[in-house]
Amino acid sequence: MAADYTLGDLERWNDQIVALVERFGLDPYPQEFEICDHEDMLSYMVYSGMPSHYPHWSHGKSFEKLKTLYEYGVSGLPYEMVINSNPSIAYLMRDNSLALSILTMAHVYGHNDFFKNNFTFRSTRAEFTIETFKSHANRVRQYIEDPSIGLEKVEAVLDAAHALSLQCRRNLAIKKPSVNEERQMKMEEFEPPADPFRAIHRRAEPQSPDLDKVPLYPDEDLLIFIRDHNPQLAEWEKDLLTIVHNQAQYFMPQIETKIMNEGWASFWHKRIVEALDLPQGLHLEFIVRHTQVLRPSPGSLNPYHVGMKVWEDIEKRWNHPTREEIEEFGPRKKSGLEKIFEVREVERDASFLRRYLTEELIRELNLFEYKTRGNDQVVSRVADEENWRQIKETLIQNVGTATIPVIKVEDSDYLNNRTLMLRHHHDGRDLQLEYAEKTLKYVQQLWRHDVVMETMIDNRNTLLTFSAGKFVIKKAA
Amino acid sequence: MSTIFRPFNPSSGQRSDRSAGDRLRHRQKVREAIRHNIADIIAEESIIGKDRNRIIKVPIRGVKEYRFIYGENAPGVGEGGDGDPKPGDVLGQGQDGKSGQQAGDRPGVDYYETDVSLDELVDMMFEDLELPDIERKRLRQIEIERLFRQKGFRRKGIRVRLDKKRTARSRVKRKKAALRQQPAASPSRRFPFHRDDLRYHHTVTDTRNESNAVVLCIMDTSGSMDTMKKYLARSFFFLLYQFLCTRYQNVEIVFIAHHTEAREVSEEEFFHKGESGGTFISSGYNKALEIIEERYHPAFWNVYVFHCSDGDNFESDNEAALKAAQELARTANLFGYGEIKPLGAGYYGSSMITFFSQIQESNFQTVQIQKKEDIWASFKTLLSKDRAREDAA
Repeated sequence: MAADYTLGDLERWNDQIVALVERFGLDPYPQEFEICDHEDMLSYMVYSGMPSHYPHWSHGKSFEKLKTLYEYGVSGLPYEMVINSNPSIAYLMRDNSLALSILTMAHVYGHNDFFKNNFTFRSTRAEFTIETFKSHANRVRQYIEDPSIGLEKVEAVLDAAHALSLQCRRNLAIKKPSVNEERQMKMEEFEPPADPFRAIHRRAEPQSPDLDKVPLYPDEDLLIFIRDHNPQLAEWEKDLLTIVHNQAQYFMPQIETKIMNEGWASFWHKRIVEALDLPQGLHLEFIVRHTQVLRPSPGSLNPYHVGMKVWEDIEKRWNHPTREEIEEFGPRKKSGLEKIFEVREVERDASFLRRYLTEELIRELNLFEYKTRGNDQVVSRVADEENWRQIKETLIQNVGTATIPVIKVEDSDYLNNRTLMLRHHHDGRDLQLEYAEKTLKYVQQLWRHDVVMETMIDNRNTLLTFSAGKFVIKKAA
Repeated sequence: MSTIFRPFNPSSGQRSDRSAGDRLRHRQKVREAIRHNIADIIAEESIIGKDRNRIIKVPIRGVKEYRFIYGENAPGVGEGGDGDPKPGDVLGQGQDGKSGQQAGDRPGVDYYETDVSLDELVDMMFEDLELPDIERKRLRQIEIERLFRQKGFRRKGIRVRLDKKRTARSRVKRKKAALRQQPAASPSRRFPFHRDDLRYHHTVTDTRNESNAVVLCIMDTSGSMDTMKKYLARSFFFLLYQFLCTRYQNVEIVFIAHHTEAREVSEEEFFHKGESGGTFISSGYNKALEIIEERYHPAFWNVYVFHCSDGDNFESDNEAALKAAQELARTANLFGYGEIKPLGAGYYGSSMITFFSQIQESNFQTVQIQKKEDIWASFKTLLSKDRAREDAA
């Protein structure tokens, strides 16, 4: 523990924070704090906070990177690291000052409440988090130690699986239909429409769907699709794909709610600490730290800052609606506080920004859009009358899962030779070709047959194929 | 709601460095990446005449983790803060951590600069060339005792040079002699070492005249010498240089680049500058002769000449080249001609090797290098023709 406070101090402040948390109506999981030093913190960051995690060199890479950045003072360590589990586990650095620890604890309760209540996290099964990761780690280690498998082979599969892990379904609140349900849906699609005049004119030839096609509907879960439809994979390989897929699914909600989540935690740590009645010295330091975290970072986007601004704005607009707003929407039925609790439950970043990031707020945050031109990034739009909508659209494209290209499996037997056919659902943003090439190679490695992907490059339909070890780009005329 | 606090556990024995294994594995991957690019690195860096302890910073692309990501035409959004961004303002080049996107959705410039000592690099090159271990060792040791040679024994000397065996032997001799003189004396009497028994190695400073060598590297710098060819050439020159370093005290190195004219250049230029134009091989040889004449007289210098080319010479120059080559072979200890034709380069028609077969001098050797596995083999062939070695033998 750093010199000037003890664990007892932390516990006392924690009791006060918890009292406030309950008074404000937050509803977190039970909380556990672990005191660690900066080395531990680096390790936890690398392993996403998990006390146990399967080994892979990429963790070593990010450790070295973080450590270098930290040692050269390019970036500090995060104040808080909290994982979505029940009970929630958070780490406090012992070298942090008391004021910073208090801020961190309050902040952690914000995240904890968000994990427990936001709808995107329902699918993560927080009570099993730690156990699940531990079991994954054990299984992977087992395969590595198995003399018939070994590190090299496990690594090859993990490398490939990591490359595809985020190519999975985004909205986990919607249930994935089973094969039988899909078949049913397909049949219904082909059901001839009700025709009241069928006695009068000839009926259209009934058409039957091709129910043998795999998949019936484009499938977004690449790893799971390959696992289920490549009979050449060994059981351990399938298990590795499952592990990587499940972990990606676990982190999906955090990717999806970054701005909301950080904003929510910042909003509450501010409110809680301000209500704590800190002694003046601590309070002054709190203000400094708070400002550092919430500082808008010119030229880029600080999710803490943007998120908190939106939350504050919602509360203000519901507590004190302007005359125009009342005219447009009628009188508010909910208080600001009720409203934000509702929003924290039912939104994700994309919908959150779409609904609650107003033109005024975009102006206030001074948002702008930039594009890459050559080696430079050049401002392309600023928040004025004409452009704010477009800026908002661009922002929504850059948050949550919208940063991951949508790629779906269309056909597993393309050209009748087990070629895997993928389609990139192009939304105006081209794929980075070098990365696409290497990633397709991974798909091919797992699928063990040729792979074809449809996409668009420079507004032209393009076919990327990976076959016989060669990558070919074919542009439509 | 109860909160649990787990105190810090300061005893280091209980805490583990959990990322150690993954870090190790990552480093291995980085080394592998270097090894993959060894041809480029060695072809790009000036290493031949360099100090062995020098550290080379090798920028290697980090071991990347690929995913499907968006390319350059995806716009981003930033906060203006208190500034006043205007359309057309430049934000600066690819700032990292830009716009708060989660990590890994843009191609990061994953450049590491890894420090590799020249020694390690050479080691990797040896590995790459599949040099046998024992040969490798010979090349790495720049021999230590070149200056000193053992010669005879002395009764006086310093402690470290004490020859225990001879000392013991001379004591035995003295004892025998003493017994013969006085047979009455009991043989069991203690018979200690005497100062006169001590024998020391004697070392002399080796004043061999032949401790100077010069390597003249001649290379065709026509544009067709690509990275692979340069790598092959450089590896060859490097081996030659390192080998001569083990045999001679003072090795100098001269680089001559030629197309239709020849110039003496620095190592940098030698490997990096591609020129165009036709090829007069004779120009390179004449330049070499000129330099030998001026600075490295064969009476004082062991001259090694090696020429790398892809074998394309102007017809009209062939006669002149042949004459100059004969002249060079007479002057030098060893004159090698290496023709670099990577597999699949085709056109064997224009090879100088057949043409040079007219040269009778025993210390002239042509080698053909097609792939890097050939280098060590051809290197050995070449050295077998060394005139100096034959003299010494």
